[in-house]
Amino acid sequence: MTGGLNRIAFTTLAFVLAAVWGLPFLYSIWTAFHPEKYSANFVWNAPLTLSNFAEAWQAAPFALYFLNTVILITTVLVANLILCTLVAYAFVRYRFRWAGFLFSLVMVQLLISPEILIVENYLTLSTIGLTDTIIGIALPYLTSAFGIFLLRQTFLTVPKSLDEAAQIEGAGAWRILWTVYVPLARPVYLAYGLVSISFHWNNFLWPLIVTNSPEVRPVTVGLSVFATVESGIEWSLVNAATLMTTAPLIIAFLIFQRQFVANFMRAGIK
Amino acid sequence: MNMRLSYGMGFILLFIPCSLLVAFTHYPALKALLNSFWNNGSSFRPSRFVGLDNYETLLEDDKLMQVLINSFIYAIGTVPLAIALAIGMALLVNSKLPATGLMRLSFFLPTMLPMVAVANIWLFFYAPGIGLASQLLNAVGLPSINFLGSTDTSLVSMMVVAVWKEAGLFMIFYLAALQSIPTNLKDAARLEGAGSVRIFFTVVMPLLRPTTIFVAVNALINAFRLVDHIVVMTRGGPSNSSSLLLYYIYEVTFGFRDFAYGATLTVLMVVILGILAAFQFWVLDRKAHYQ
Repeated sequence: MTGGLNRIAFTTLAFVLAAVWGLPFLYSIWTAFHPEKYSANFVWNAPLTLSNFAEAWQAAPFALYFLNTVILITTVLVANLILCTLVAYAFVRYRFRWAGFLFSLVMVQLLISPEILIVENYLTLSTIGLTDTIIGIALPYLTSAFGIFLLRQTFLTVPKSLDEAAQIEGAGAWRILWTVYVPLARPVYLAYGLVSISFHWNNFLWPLIVTNSPEVRPVTVGLSVFATVESGIEWSLVNAATLMTTAPLIIAFLIFQRQFVANFMRAGIK
Repeated sequence: MNMRLSYGMGFILLFIPCSLLVAFTHYPALKALLNSFWNNGSSFRPSRFVGLDNYETLLEDDKLMQVLINSFIYAIGTVPLAIALAIGMALLVNSKLPATGLMRLSFFLPTMLPMVAVANIWLFFYAPGIGLASQLLNAVGLPSINFLGSTDTSLVSMMVVAVWKEAGLFMIFYLAALQSIPTNLKDAARLEGAGSVRIFFTVVMPLLRPTTIFVAVNALINAFRLVDHIVVMTRGGPSNSSSLLLYYIYEVTFGFRDFAYGATLTVLMVVILGILAAFQFWVLDRKAHYQ
């Protein structure tokens, strides 16, 4: 009997927590899909509308912002995948002087990440004239200690016998990397890719500092400029813009929910 | 296997990634240290060596003191709360209740959103008068609170936002840990006559400890390096009541254009994170070995 009561209490708690957790987001959805006068005013049959989205889309160059974000995350992801693979391969397959020391130097970036070095990295960028460019936003993130660490852990699990067999077959270092190591690490590349994309899609402070003009702004910076200046704090527009700019991530999440969660788990555990 | 690395191959594999890493991690960290001993130059007066002057300023900076206290409260407040909620969420989602998929969506969604979007959503949620928070308070007969505009509530309001955004991510890690706990351990405890609560505290919790250490360290570091919501929602105000260290660095450097003091504060930040890392190393070495 108490078991049944416990279960009911547990279920109620679960639903209350999930509902409370969803409230801020649901409120935002309500406001975005209703005319301004219903934005804080709940009437069950209030007319639905998409005009807030249309108006927000017209009011700021969001298509351009999206394009910039896509260019940014593609640049970072491609560079990360290539560069981290090379470094991890060197650490796993070869021995060389100072390897341990070099590896700990790499790991320093896990702690002292680019997010906290904004002052000096900005000075570096302005010295080489790359402020207000997309490549300038990407530069500090092109190599990732996290990626190197993850790939090194994975490459270490590749059986040595596979590598030796490939050598006997006459395969060179590049061929072995491409046909033995990379295919075996495919799930890790996927996991790393998802984490990297969501991190750089969401990154804000550094792009805010580096960019000045709308031509190079990523979506996050564009959204904050829109919300604070351009919209005149019209809440229905701000909420529509917010949902609009996050929609690709949310849709991607809904489609790939299972893989997403599994990959986040994997990336965290390793 | 484990061949010697030739110079040519080593150059190809390591040169570009390591130079990038040095240029944007090690160099700026050391440059901040050097710059903290110099003052700001201008076009007619080059910067000169001032020794420890910037550090004297730092020690006498009342605003910094408040910012550090805020950062401390923020970290101590958000990390345990987010962890406790994450464990609770993971238990709920992992249970055999109906609609766990929907719950997981509700808990995890905030993690997927950019902090800027989260900030906008909460800015509206907190808005005096029309925000849902005000409306709910009014509905139960309480006066509405100016969450972001009052020095008493601004920091706590920011902490709520951070917990809302992060707990779902930590839930995922706990979910993974829960699913890896062998059921026979729980069955054995149940045979011995232990109730659900007892099983949780004596069987499950100890097995979650490595996850908790991992999550706590990450959450702590994140508490220092994610300030997007401060930038969007309060700009550190009112009167610095919600300012955190990284936001202060941003404000000093790019608002007041004081790059020398910005560098000095960066050094302070690196030192704090270094202490956290040493602590992590120490705790992890002792407690997380049976992972």
